[in-house]
Amino acid sequence: MKNFSGKVLFLDRSDINTDEIIPAKYLTEITKEALKPYLLEDLKLDTFNPEKDIEGKAVVITRENFGCGSSREHAPWALEVNDINAVFAANFARIYRQNMYNCGMLAMELPENTINEIFSKFASKDTEAKVDISSSTLTLESGDIKETYNFNLAGFDRSLIESGGWVDYADKKY
Amino acid sequence: MGKTIAEKIFESHLEDQPFEGINVIRLDAVFCHEITTPVAIADLVARGKDRVFDSTKIKAVIDHVTPAKDSKTAEQGKIMRDWAKRHDIKDFFDIGRNGVCHAIFPEKGFVRPGYTVIMGDSHTCTHGAFGAFAAGVGTTDLEVGILKGVCAFKEPKTIRFVLNGKLPKGVYAKDVILYIIGQIGVNGATNMVMEFTGPVVDKMSMESRMTLCNMAIEAGGTSGICYPDMTTVNYLWKFIKQDFITKQDALKAYSKFISDKDAKYEKVIEYDLSNLEPMMTVGYKPDEVKTVKEMEGANIDQIYIGSCTNGRIEDLRIASEILKGKKISDKVRGVLSPATPDIYSRALKEGIIDIFMKAGFCVTNPTCGACLGMSNGVLANGEVCASTTNRNFNGRMGKGGMVHLMSPATAAATAIAGKITNAKISGDKPKAKPVKKTAQKAEKKVKKTAVQKPAKKKVTGKGGKK
Repeated sequence: MKNFSGKVLFLDRSDINTDEIIPAKYLTEITKEALKPYLLEDLKLDTFNPEKDIEGKAVVITRENFGCGSSREHAPWALEVNDINAVFAANFARIYRQNMYNCGMLAMELPENTINEIFSKFASKDTEAKVDISSSTLTLESGDIKETYNFNLAGFDRSLIESGGWVDYADKKY
Repeated sequence: MGKTIAEKIFESHLEDQPFEGINVIRLDAVFCHEITTPVAIADLVARGKDRVFDSTKIKAVIDHVTPAKDSKTAEQGKIMRDWAKRHDIKDFFDIGRNGVCHAIFPEKGFVRPGYTVIMGDSHTCTHGAFGAFAAGVGTTDLEVGILKGVCAFKEPKTIRFVLNGKLPKGVYAKDVILYIIGQIGVNGATNMVMEFTGPVVDKMSMESRMTLCNMAIEAGGTSGICYPDMTTVNYLWKFIKQDFITKQDALKAYSKFISDKDAKYEKVIEYDLSNLEPMMTVGYKPDEVKTVKEMEGANIDQIYIGSCTNGRIEDLRIASEILKGKKISDKVRGVLSPATPDIYSRALKEGIIDIFMKAGFCVTNPTCGACLGMSNGVLANGEVCASTTNRNFNGRMGKGGMVHLMSPATAAATAIAGKITNAKISGDKPKAKPVKKTAQKAEKKVKKTAVQKPAKKKVTGKGGKK
């Protein structure tokens, strides 16, 4: 299982699309590693600087419809090679969400009011996230503020996270 | 309880339900292109599983960057070529025979009513125009599709769109889908099948239905879907005539892939489109939509006509009628990319290419090219493109560039004016010459269950609705 805990990158916008996560011109790369410098290069978000803000982060927290647009699995890969394996959002685009789980990565929905609360409590601060897959909890900590949120990881999604992907599962079964 | 078309297709293809709400379905077709497939191939090789489930059900094309523009794209093409040869994939479309995937695969008759189709490309939803369930997937799902011929989906919840009225002259499928996306938003159909029905769809050609379904993903939709009818049968007839004695027999067989009257929908949204205006996008999201009239006079640097949305023969005919005998403004440059070799060759025979060239357009080979900023018309920083493609994301056609999505008619009129112009206002009356007159019948009675106010009078899509 991958690591899902560490410092949080807050992306305070809805509808962040796959072209913003990794522009199409880098899709000619054959290795995942080659995508590393280009993560979120074209993100339209005033306060965000990809050169400074990605380094050292392990978890993304954002708002609605993260990963909309293209089917490119390069979007999860670009996060993965930057050691970001977990994204929390109010909801995800379908293909992007499935790509995350197919790679053994976590794309977890939280209720919109929880996301709002997290942004108002933590977004302006250095925040550490601890994700516990076995108890399905996200604990955020910044200075003396600490909050724990439950999430629902079940069935197919959990089995993909725990088995590390869809290819071996399907080859054995079908 | 009745079933939707998507539920019927799932039921007839169900392989397994490993978890509650998860359906593993058998695939009738797995489509592949050179951007997302090579990584899947490399992974299969690395796992010692370099196999294909059925070489006749895998169709492959090099379309995104072709001919190769550099060593990396040459390598992607080579991986596809070697793989197709190794596994005896007969339907592999290499340079000289290749075109944009979602145009060339339907053109070859590879999609039939009731089919299940996946591809490592989000605009795979296009093929739902044939009454198929067709979904874009990532590389891992594609890899499993290639290896085992299955893919996992949640229950196919459906939003039904009932498109009433009659489209005014100069208003096309592209305007309809831009309007719908503007109404429901880019997150409006996430995890949903978008079922398009009603008199407007019944009258549409297959080309128009493909345009409509192509952009389902821009509202988050899993697949667009239209009911198969005589228009579908006529389009497919040359591929299916061995299977049926008459067209009526084919229609009868395909009619099982029509939603039941008492099918359960997540939502039913009804629009009257009789007064719809030509639409276009204005921002960096496909739901930021306005009428062309509202944007009249806006600055443009490049016109691009092509892509899996609007690079088909019908689109070229519509644009050429507007361009005939005219020159594009010297303030803009025009690029035409017919979506397939067949479309290109028909356009040559019909004199359409000549019209475009005399008007001052550059005509490129069939490719996805500029649509995603890969080649053949990439924008410079600060430039604006009037485009018949499907995405206006920030940087989509080139870093710092801006894309306005619109119909081929609006794009052509805009090329002549050198600024955003409504084809209706400029006095032209674009008209698509139908390939063949189709004797279709609107058999289905549409039940009135409006949950959203129809677009009765003037449409002023504001976009971004949540």
